[in-house]
Amino acid sequence: MTHVNRLRDYLRHPFWLAIALLVAAYIVFEFGVAYLPPLFGVRSAPIPDSVLLQYLITAAVGILIYVSDNEERWKRFKEPVGTLLVDPGLRWLRTALLVLVPLAVGWLTYSQVRPGVAAPVQLRSIHPAPPTSISFRGRTIRLTGLENPLRADGSIEEDYEVGKRVYYGNCLPCHGDLLDGNGHYAHGFNPPPLAFTDNGTIPQLTESFVFWRIAKGGPGLPTEGTPWNSAMPAWEPILTEDEIWAVTIFLYEQTGWTPRTWEHEGEAGAEGGHD
Amino acid sequence: MTSGRDALRTAGLVVGAGSLVLAAADPAWAQAAEGIREYGNFPVIGSRAAVWIAAQVHLMFAAFVLGVPMFAVVTEAIGIFGKDARYDRLSKEFTRLLLIAYSATALWGATLTFLLITLYPRFMSHLTGIFETSIWVYVGLFFVESATLYIYYYGWERWKEGRAKIFHWSLGILLNVWGTAVLFIADSWLSYMMSPPAEVTADTAPAQVQFWSAFANATWMPINIHRLIANVVFGGSIVAAYAAYRFLAARSEDERRHYDWMGYVGNFIAIGALIVLPFAGYWLGREIYEYNQAMGITMMGGFMSWLWIIQAFLIGVLFLAGNYYLWVGMGRIPGAERFTPYTKWMLLVLIIGVIVWATPHTMIANREELAAMGGTHHPFLGVLGVMSAKNTAVNLMILTTFLSFLLYRRANKRPAVSWSRQGTIVQGGVLGLAAAVVIFYGIYGYFVTAIVRIGFSVYQVLTVLAAMVVVLAVDLFMLRGAESRGAIRWGRMPPRSQYTLIILAVTFTWLMGLMGFARSGIRQHWHIWEVMRDTSQWAATPALGYAGVVISACVLIFLAIVSFVFWIGGLIEKPALARATSEAVGLSPQPAGD
Repeated sequence: MTHVNRLRDYLRHPFWLAIALLVAAYIVFEFGVAYLPPLFGVRSAPIPDSVLLQYLITAAVGILIYVSDNEERWKRFKEPVGTLLVDPGLRWLRTALLVLVPLAVGWLTYSQVRPGVAAPVQLRSIHPAPPTSISFRGRTIRLTGLENPLRADGSIEEDYEVGKRVYYGNCLPCHGDLLDGNGHYAHGFNPPPLAFTDNGTIPQLTESFVFWRIAKGGPGLPTEGTPWNSAMPAWEPILTEDEIWAVTIFLYEQTGWTPRTWEHEGEAGAEGGHD
Repeated sequence: MTSGRDALRTAGLVVGAGSLVLAAADPAWAQAAEGIREYGNFPVIGSRAAVWIAAQVHLMFAAFVLGVPMFAVVTEAIGIFGKDARYDRLSKEFTRLLLIAYSATALWGATLTFLLITLYPRFMSHLTGIFETSIWVYVGLFFVESATLYIYYYGWERWKEGRAKIFHWSLGILLNVWGTAVLFIADSWLSYMMSPPAEVTADTAPAQVQFWSAFANATWMPINIHRLIANVVFGGSIVAAYAAYRFLAARSEDERRHYDWMGYVGNFIAIGALIVLPFAGYWLGREIYEYNQAMGITMMGGFMSWLWIIQAFLIGVLFLAGNYYLWVGMGRIPGAERFTPYTKWMLLVLIIGVIVWATPHTMIANREELAAMGGTHHPFLGVLGVMSAKNTAVNLMILTTFLSFLLYRRANKRPAVSWSRQGTIVQGGVLGLAAAVVIFYGIYGYFVTAIVRIGFSVYQVLTVLAAMVVVLAVDLFMLRGAESRGAIRWGRMPPRSQYTLIILAVTFTWLMGLMGFARSGIRQHWHIWEVMRDTSQWAATPALGYAGVVISACVLIFLAIVSFVFWIGGLIEKPALARATSEAVGLSPQPAGD
């Protein structure tokens, strides 16, 4: 009971409360996000270090704001720091910190700059800007405003079957049986193949965008924003135009996503833009 | 004397810059330039960086000299109609900073013009071929604007009373009219570069381009509105930083009181305008998307997308610092202590908002982390990376900041009306309802198609705006004739609050440079989108790291010159100001700025 009371007293002090909050934030970000959602049947994973650092800095700023937005609280927060710096009885702690803090900074610096065998992490933009039009087997196709022509005529079921055949014949090894980007060869690629089941992928895109990506693949990515690091082949020489549209239908039908639609006729580029 | 010399120097520079622009506008000169060469070369840093720095620093000063007159005229009106001499004094002090900043604006404007003419003659030939008329008007407006400014400032003491004061105030309004016209004209040039009319192609000769069609192009008005509001934000923050600097350097209690109040007013203006700025930015972004989808994707989803994560961080700093300043400031308001228990919850909303807003959709991860996530999107946090989550976060942050202002405003007041309790319940209900609507559309956005989801952000924005209008209207009526719980103890602010104002100004400046790069950079290798290609060695869009260095250099140059301006501002009329302030503050029985 005494320990609980002592702990409560500590947590009433702004300094120790700040430390406790920071530790709590670290535990939530590092372990909570990764392990709590699966307890409720929601898929999760550890947060990458870059995002963890970003979250912790935000939390630390918030904690600093909390302890200093009130004069009295700020004064109390600084007390232990002041005591540590001047109290003759804490000389051993001062000395220890004087050694430990530079060592910790040194270790952090070393761990950041030491050479490793892994490829360096990099900023990567996921959506390249599509061109206004492309040339497909000598025919110019204008992508802007383009809808999947197979949806206008023919049967979706038939197109779905064609698309399925195309997918399992060509895309399966990388994008996987479940369209989750986890095919047999997926582990050999960095970054891994796209998971169509992710709501950040095909539901954000128009079908004409998907057509362009399948047709032109990695080699057809725009020069700006390089390096793209895409192992996606260009399917233009292998698949026909209809087969690419069919596999696009398959991707959306199989995942349950709806393709992004264009602005209503006359709204997009209403001002007469170069699109 | 110093101001007189400034006036001469400004006029000289304006004439010099104007002459060069006119020379460039001459078709014969333009043809000659076309025949001779396409690009010049600037030593060491290259042509692009040279023009970039000159344009950015010029723009920062221009934003300051266009933003400050807007609220100078408002504070003067408060002084006149509210019969509070402090506001008039404040307005004059704002305007004094303008005089010096005008010179710097002209200086950098002239530098930019010289560099454009010498380094990008082919491009300038095209632009001046289309916009020659507006360039002449632009130069003419410089003269009129400068003359109005000088009459406005130097006539301050002469036209001090009665109708003469109203005449003086109308000069301030006129100054804003000229300034806005200058802004709108310059915006037409740069927005034309982004969104030229459809009929203009690479083969179109400038003389064949219809002037008005090029002038009022697709992104012109959104940029006008976005810049107008941003200029107020920027001007307010720089004035607040000036006040903070003067507060920290103050030697008397009177000075501290005055500059604490000035800092508060500047910050109030900056944060007040900041609240509506995201809405104008959203309109601009949407127009860019509608003009050209590729440009829109480059901006938001393509290689510029990381800028928005940095922007989210910086705006997070603005929201946190703005609220922090208010919360610390509540320490000098009697009665504010009853609201302090709520600040930690508002802080929690803001922190969660920043975390959501700055969560990248595509995360920077190493190979093991990517494998664990199953891709670059986090399976759980990925939902925070899309616009539904981000719009919800920023709208809730705006509502929270508005609530902070509301509490600050009410801190030392006791409503005199009988319905104050019911009024407060209505206000709370409206804010709660607005938050619920924002969250509802945020969640619902995950279950609809992208095109429907985009429309939801408009509902969220309108809900927040409507809630703020209703709550503020109730507040105005409720606090009419309110009793004071005690005067605000101006000057009793800890130094960290003043450093917060300086952080705000630096962040605003950096943000302006960053987003300026985003707006300009999405043209990629085009001088004029799909009309004139950049064929120089500097055509490639720079990487983020390089851009960050150039933007930081611009910020440092601007802040160094602004510090000089502040120092000069401190030399002028210092004793007289201190005397006047002391008298004014001492005479006023009611707390101001609230």
